[in-house]
Amino acid sequence: MIEVRIHGRGGQGAVVASKILAVSIFKEGKYVQSFPNFGVERRGAPVTAYTRIDDKAILLRCKIYNPDHVVILDPSLIEAINITEGLKEKGWVIINSDKEPSHFNSLIKKYRVATVDASGIALKNSLGSKANPIVNTAILGAFCKTTGLFRLTSLMEAVREEVPSAQERNVQAVEDAYHQVKY
Amino acid sequence: MKKILMGNHAVSYGALLSRVEVIAAYPITPQTQVVEELSEMCAQGKLKARYINVESEHSAMAACIAAEQAGARTFTATSAHGLTLMHELLHWAAGGRLPIVMANINRSMAPGWSIWTDQNDSLSQRDTGWLQIYCESNQEVLDSIIQAYKIAEQILLPVMVILDAFVLSHTFEPVDIPKQELVDQFLPELDYPYKLDVKNPCSFGSLLPPEYYLELRYKVQKAMEEAHDVIIKVDKEFQQVFGRSYGGLVEEYRTEDAELVLVASSTVASTSRMVVDQLRDEGVKVGMIKMRFFRPFPTKEVTNILKQAKKVAVIDRNISYGQGGIFCEEIRSVLYNIDRQEKPPVFGYIAGLGGRDITPTTIREILSHTLKEDKPKENIIWIGVKH
Repeated sequence: MIEVRIHGRGGQGAVVASKILAVSIFKEGKYVQSFPNFGVERRGAPVTAYTRIDDKAILLRCKIYNPDHVVILDPSLIEAINITEGLKEKGWVIINSDKEPSHFNSLIKKYRVATVDASGIALKNSLGSKANPIVNTAILGAFCKTTGLFRLTSLMEAVREEVPSAQERNVQAVEDAYHQVKY
Repeated sequence: MKKILMGNHAVSYGALLSRVEVIAAYPITPQTQVVEELSEMCAQGKLKARYINVESEHSAMAACIAAEQAGARTFTATSAHGLTLMHELLHWAAGGRLPIVMANINRSMAPGWSIWTDQNDSLSQRDTGWLQIYCESNQEVLDSIIQAYKIAEQILLPVMVILDAFVLSHTFEPVDIPKQELVDQFLPELDYPYKLDVKNPCSFGSLLPPEYYLELRYKVQKAMEEAHDVIIKVDKEFQQVFGRSYGGLVEEYRTEDAELVLVASSTVASTSRMVVDQLRDEGVKVGMIKMRFFRPFPTKEVTNILKQAKKVAVIDRNISYGQGGIFCEEIRSVLYNIDRQEKPPVFGYIAGLGGRDITPTTIREILSHTLKEDKPKENIIWIGVKH
């Protein structure tokens, strides 16, 4: 079983990202489960969402404590919370950042780090505003490329189905991030 | 067609496919998405139902009672404080023999204020005359709504379909949405025998003197007893049409030759399956029964399975203050009259109240404790209490 934890801030679409991830992988015939951190959410406050992936039906029904990979929608969270809590060694940390992976030298010792300027890609594709770019689809493009867990075409299809508006711009953001991610 | 659905929307699809005709509901976390989706389905014309916005859950149930009495298939959904506000009318729905179906998302009662799961809201409605189904997956949620109408409309008692807050309500997973034609074939239109009819005037809910009241209550109990076989039959028919079955009232999991039997319900039963598999791999003879129905209580099944066990461990995500875990107490009660030499010690564990996570480690801890001890030293064994 592979377990993924997504960190974002309320309004960035972490929960939707966890669902799109689940739908993409489900399309390839695997079993999936995704859920938000059980609780109340506020705009701007840290939000966590989870996705489980397996080849057989998922019976486990509790939170994820030892994720295989983490996805960070907002780099300011790295200072605010312990984003690697319970993360397995050599797990991917995929960060929305315009910096090189080597910039995150405290993480790089234990984990594999990938970066992508998801905010820049979102703005280029007119997703959200400068103050609040919608980065959830772009970061999944980076996740797809880095982890190789599923095909880009499955993700693009899932984005078209699951995103309520601007489907093609979101698909473009996915593709841009897929090609621009650094790791 | 398989879709990734959250538990709340699995409820909505169950109601849609059952072609409910009247929905009266009031939103409450973590249930709101159930009725939000249903109101959307009504607005889009996908569901031809009258959607009634009401000012409270008490009114929601009152509207369902009136609509059902008029012969319409009705639905509502609620949670915790909403359910307990309905309490008076839950008695009315069952006593009036109205086959209403309601979803309840298990949420803990305040204070302290909580939106997380435990079973005290629904279990405290135990004596209202409603059947109760506890579900462990989103598929079972959708399927149980459809089954619930079929059961309710045969025995003329209301049914509550119950799912855990967040652990199911807000969790997305693959759900097979059956074809409407198949559901129509399985669940015929409601033909309520005692409906309001100007051509056949009757009086409903009128004063009932002592010389009749007892007989009406006797009939409610008889309907509950009759429900036992109806539930099993409906589950079998469901399997023939849709290829899925839930064991009727109780599902056994690896209980063959099990010396220790774990009793669990809701999503705890799902996680328990994993733990049972792990322990079996380690050579421990352990099995599990999932309590799908709490009312009617599966007395026959529970007795037959548990009398073969050497020890029984019950996990309760609920408590009856001054007594103990509610499933545990009922299990001890039905085992009381079996032969002394067959009677296994029943260990009662309370865990996960207020949404405290129940992980495989929690369940292993419980089973290790039961394996180690000969007899329970206390009526309640608390798991994870911080002092």
